[in-house]
Amino acid sequence: MNHIVLNHVSFGYEEGFILEDVNLTIEKGDYAGIIGPNGTGKSTLIKLILGLLPAKTGKVEITGGRIGYVPQVGLAVKADFPATVLETVMLNLYPDIGLFRRPKKHHYEMAEKVLDLVGMNEYKDRLISKLSGGQQQRVLIAKSLVSQPDILILDEPIAGVDAESESNFYNLLLNLNREEKLTIVMVTHNIHNVSKDMNKIYEVNNKSVRLKGELPC
Amino acid sequence: MLMLFQYDFMRKAFIVGILLAVIVPCIGMIIVLRRLSMTGDALSHTSLAGVAIGLVTGMNPILSASITCILAAFGIEFIRKRFPKYSEISIAVIMSAGVGLAGLMSGFVKNAANFNSFLFGSIVAITKFEMYLVIGISLLVIIIFVLLYKELVHMAFDEDSAKLSGIPVNVINIIFTLLTALTVSVASRTVGALIVSSLMVIPVACGMQFGKSFKQTLLISVFFAVLFTAAGLTLSFYFGLKPGGTIVLTGVITLLLSILLKRRH
Repeated sequence: MNHIVLNHVSFGYEEGFILEDVNLTIEKGDYAGIIGPNGTGKSTLIKLILGLLPAKTGKVEITGGRIGYVPQVGLAVKADFPATVLETVMLNLYPDIGLFRRPKKHHYEMAEKVLDLVGMNEYKDRLISKLSGGQQQRVLIAKSLVSQPDILILDEPIAGVDAESESNFYNLLLNLNREEKLTIVMVTHNIHNVSKDMNKIYEVNNKSVRLKGELPC
Repeated sequence: MLMLFQYDFMRKAFIVGILLAVIVPCIGMIIVLRRLSMTGDALSHTSLAGVAIGLVTGMNPILSASITCILAAFGIEFIRKRFPKYSEISIAVIMSAGVGLAGLMSGFVKNAANFNSFLFGSIVAITKFEMYLVIGISLLVIIIFVLLYKELVHMAFDEDSAKLSGIPVNVINIIFTLLTALTVSVASRTVGALIVSSLMVIPVACGMQFGKSFKQTLLISVFFAVLFTAAGLTLSFYFGLKPGGTIVLTGVITLLLSILLKRRH
């Protein structure tokens, strides 16, 4: 079953195209990597999939249900932002809580459950901006998981994270993909330590996206 | 009973001052965390143009300042979309237009002292109508802020993430812009258009020194703003000082002390 399909998608500004005639398919249960040098349009591709940028031509189809998005830590957590870990994770419960409504007890329990899953529940009352890069990354994953997504999209998740946290982080993702059957799409410029876990790798270069390798998931 | 509460104008000043001290940091906290502090500055300067228009046409200056501020706030958004990579241009353009228009219109104001009272505030000269206007706007801001609290926090954290969660970001941005414009224009009357943005930023900066969560930081910011206002009004009454300047300087001194205190710990 397909989760995400990009059919002849192009995107650019007045200066020209950034991505041209992109075809990409992510199926249920995939652990896909999107690789390529910096500045080639990997983050643009993610934003097209997320619907944060409109395609100039072609079609983006999302049929897999809810999407969880984990942005780059350095860009997502502003220095001195005064929210606790628990408050941060609770933000993504908006679809369950609804407009104008206050969170209830079971919403807090949902947040604590995902914090347990990523091993960060003991830090729930700490300010997110005071945590290390690796810890912030886990909180951002918990924030995405709390809305019970079917697809998890991560943009350069290991940027600014130390080697030990990187390895723990990949184990966590592998577990989510294999045990929780979560479809994962990860943008990264450093594929070496994680490529063995992935079943599909797309390469972005020269405005195009090419399937570099695929294994059955 | 303190001597200052024997006077009707001081009772009114305290009611208005404390209400503003509650709403200004609420708006200020979101503005600071979205890194839009200069927007408050641009709007407060533009409100001066509204005041001048009001004084020339005979309209209530707070009302005319509110309308001008709302137009300016949407003007900032309009220009920002035309220069997506240099969004600060929009703030500079609107601020220059506001100051230019204020300068031009002030030439037609007959009572210059009245116009000057808006530059540095005139909380003790507030009329009954203006007090009711502040009470009405404050209640509106508090109710909407409480209702949209979690949405505004999410947008302050990361607007893209808020959008992906299904929050109607564009509608809430419009509502927040309206609230900001209304808050800035009524606060201009109290502390003065030239220093209103300080009242938006300083209590929040103090709150961020001590807050251990978002909610706590917000409550501490409101506490500090109420403290500055009460202390500033009391000092200005007993020492014959300008209230607006006294409130803001009390805030600046407290912020410096709180930074020093935090460094020692």
